[in-house]
Amino acid sequence: MSENLILTPQQIIRKKAAGEPIQPDDSEMIQSHTIAVLVENSIGAFIRVVNMFSARGFNIDSVTVGATDDPTVSRMNIVTQGNGRIISQVLRQLSRLVDTIEVIDLTDTDFVERELCLLKVCYTKDTRSEILDVNDIFRGKVVDITTKTMTFELRGPSKKIDAFIKMMHAHEIVEVARSGRVAMQRD
Amino acid sequence: MTYDTHTKVHPAASGDALPEERTEITPSTQIMSGAEILLRSLEAEGVKIIFGHPGGAVIKVYDEMHRIKPEFQHILVRHEQGGTHAAEGYAKATGKVGTVLVTSGPGATNTVTGIADAYMDSVPIVVFTGQVPTALIGNDAFQECDAIGITRSITKHSYLVRDVNDLARTVKEAYHIAQTGRPGPVLVDLPKDVLLAEAPFQYPKTVNMRGYTMLDPVLPEKLHRAAQMIGESKRPLFYVGGGAISRNASQHLTDLARYTRIPVTTTLHGLGAFPEDDDLSLRMLGMHGTWWANQAVQHCDLLIAVGARFDDRVTGKLDSWAPHAKVIHIEIDQSCISKNIFADCAILGDVQDVLESLKSLVQPIDTTEWLEEIEAWRQECPLQYSNDGKLHAQGVIEQLRDQTDGDAVVITDVGQHQMWSAQYFRFLHPRTHITSGGLGTMGFGMPAAMGAAFGMREIGSSRPVICISGDGGFVMNAQEMSVAAAHKLPLKLAVINNRFLGMVRQWQELFHRERYSHTDLSDTNPDFVKLAEAHHCVGLRATTPEEAQSIIEEAWKINDRPVLMEFQVAKEEMVFPMVPAGAATGDMITDRITPNSFV
Ligand SMILES: Cc1ncc(C[n+]2csc(CCOP(=O)(O)OP(=O)(O)O)c2C)c(N)n1
Repeated sequence: MSENLILTPQQIIRKKAAGEPIQPDDSEMIQSHTIAVLVENSIGAFIRVVNMFSARGFNIDSVTVGATDDPTVSRMNIVTQGNGRIISQVLRQLSRLVDTIEVIDLTDTDFVERELCLLKVCYTKDTRSEILDVNDIFRGKVVDITTKTMTFELRGPSKKIDAFIKMMHAHEIVEVARSGRVAMQRD
Repeated sequence: MTYDTHTKVHPAASGDALPEERTEITPSTQIMSGAEILLRSLEAEGVKIIFGHPGGAVIKVYDEMHRIKPEFQHILVRHEQGGTHAAEGYAKATGKVGTVLVTSGPGATNTVTGIADAYMDSVPIVVFTGQVPTALIGNDAFQECDAIGITRSITKHSYLVRDVNDLARTVKEAYHIAQTGRPGPVLVDLPKDVLLAEAPFQYPKTVNMRGYTMLDPVLPEKLHRAAQMIGESKRPLFYVGGGAISRNASQHLTDLARYTRIPVTTTLHGLGAFPEDDDLSLRMLGMHGTWWANQAVQHCDLLIAVGARFDDRVTGKLDSWAPHAKVIHIEIDQSCISKNIFADCAILGDVQDVLESLKSLVQPIDTTEWLEEIEAWRQECPLQYSNDGKLHAQGVIEQLRDQTDGDAVVITDVGQHQMWSAQYFRFLHPRTHITSGGLGTMGFGMPAAMGAAFGMREIGSSRPVICISGDGGFVMNAQEMSVAAAHKLPLKLAVINNRFLGMVRQWQELFHRERYSHTDLSDTNPDFVKLAEAHHCVGLRATTPEEAQSIIEEAWKINDRPVLMEFQVAKEEMVFPMVPAGAATGDMITDRITPNSFV
């Protein structure tokens, strides 16, 4: 997190007045961020993290939580949005909580992200093959089938899942369940 | 005296422990109830005083207190809100952690305002709340409330103790968290069964919290950068907040400012961090700060913020605040840095250490011209009020100052009198000005003053403790007067009675076309003299400056109980200068203007 990314309105006005360039990064540009937070493995720690977002008016687009290899530590993966200034506030507020052990903004690093999606869609004789074609293209799995509906399992980056759901909108979607994004830095 | 760990013989069986015996106990060998563990932990933590109110969920704690007679004093307050404010006042006056003990449900909810207040003003307090037995939690049991949930966003941290074996460690951690880093309130919720259960007691010597780590040392480059910025500046200004006081950095600040000849302005909470009778002091800045301090902010080329957070009452409209200034921000809380104002040089660290290191890196700079410029602003628009011979709040505050040579601990409530106290008292020492700044809690003053007075007594200080409140706020926690009386605290309670919610009245006059909606208190105000007497205090009243002088002198002769001095003043008085909320600091109102022009 570079300090120079954090621009206040005053700073932007001053830069403009001085004719200094405002880099795309330090403008009010909103970007999606994936943040991994290692916290004490307790419900209280989880709630404090989520509560901080609502109490300070930050967004959460998705949040996942689960244990790690160390049973006393859980890892939360939070997807949030904001400009550089807001995100740096988010990171500072997160690290200041007593129960957070580590806070990593993965956004500007090289990281892998995955999400799991289950999607149930109605089919007819006419739409069946088209639906299965879409599924093939996205390399999903059929995990359940009845005479009226099919349920798919799809794994991948969130964008792929967005695209899959978009394609399936051509048909009658009954239900969608998404896991939220989990992410990890590459070495 | 040792206790058999196997048969769990409880010390109660052998009668009250004698104080001299108690100190010989090696704690590791004892089995005791959770309630006693709590009390022993407080003793081990060095707690000298707690403010509390009993109830069903904590009755065991009170029972053990009766039996073991712990080494600290328990003050029975008459309302839990009063208890939390008293703990805040104690903490702010002494620099130690304030402690509160209350029961579950309503006991806990009554502390909420005080906890929020302590959170906003970074006051180290630990609040112990009783809770229904663990098995009943979540059942809407009698006097159950989710104290942790309710206070989650107003505590630095909180604990629900589920196992008596975790209790001592939790107490240790709570006190550690409350007073380190940026201080703040910690809540510890204690289910009744945990207080009844037994366990061996051993108070941990150290804490081990991997998520709560101390700051990295400040990089020397940063310090050099700051020193360089100071060296290059022509019109530098220190802007000092409460962080300088809570980290005991006043002396370091004073040394550095005098050495470099850089003028100092403080926030409401920074009052006392730098002696206001020094030539370099510009007094308070912000909404009701001095004209010259705000002018200095608008014209400075370097702002050195020390333990301050660029609050909106200080900056007004952000875009046009300190337009020419580069900013050095010295702060312990990372989340304050570049939150509202961009810091060209942010130094995350202990204010005291940073100031000390800076002193060795900087040279005195020639600020003669800059100081002359500021002096001109000071002459242009001094603090003033009418000298029509009538009694004015500002005059009363000056009389109180003169009575004590400015060497007193002043606690204020919230409203006009709070701003006049800040403007007119002239604070010379750290920890002598205590107020509710962040939350702005009416009803803070009286109980906080009581807590401060207990603190002064504890540290053996003879500094008088003066509470200055309005007639509105005083009534909100007036019940604690009798507690102060019972403990013979020589409190001086000044009630500035303008028969109005004065500060709201001021806004109504200035911004709401003089529609004085529900701010007139004349019909509902008590007789303050009788109110004092009913609470075993002395009550005095003044309506003229002469009477004021004589009741002040009379009050200073009474040292065995609180004295309430009611000063009846005109309701029309306003606090000036003023930067209207959200306006630019340059647009200060310095005198009564034609009403409505701001509507
Ligand atoms: C608990 C609470 N309620 C309401 C307010 C809003 N408020 C701020 S100042 C003020 C007026 C205070 O009147 P008073 O205590 O008489 O003091 P004065 O302004 O007259 O000096 C009010 C109502 C507040 N700060 N706190």
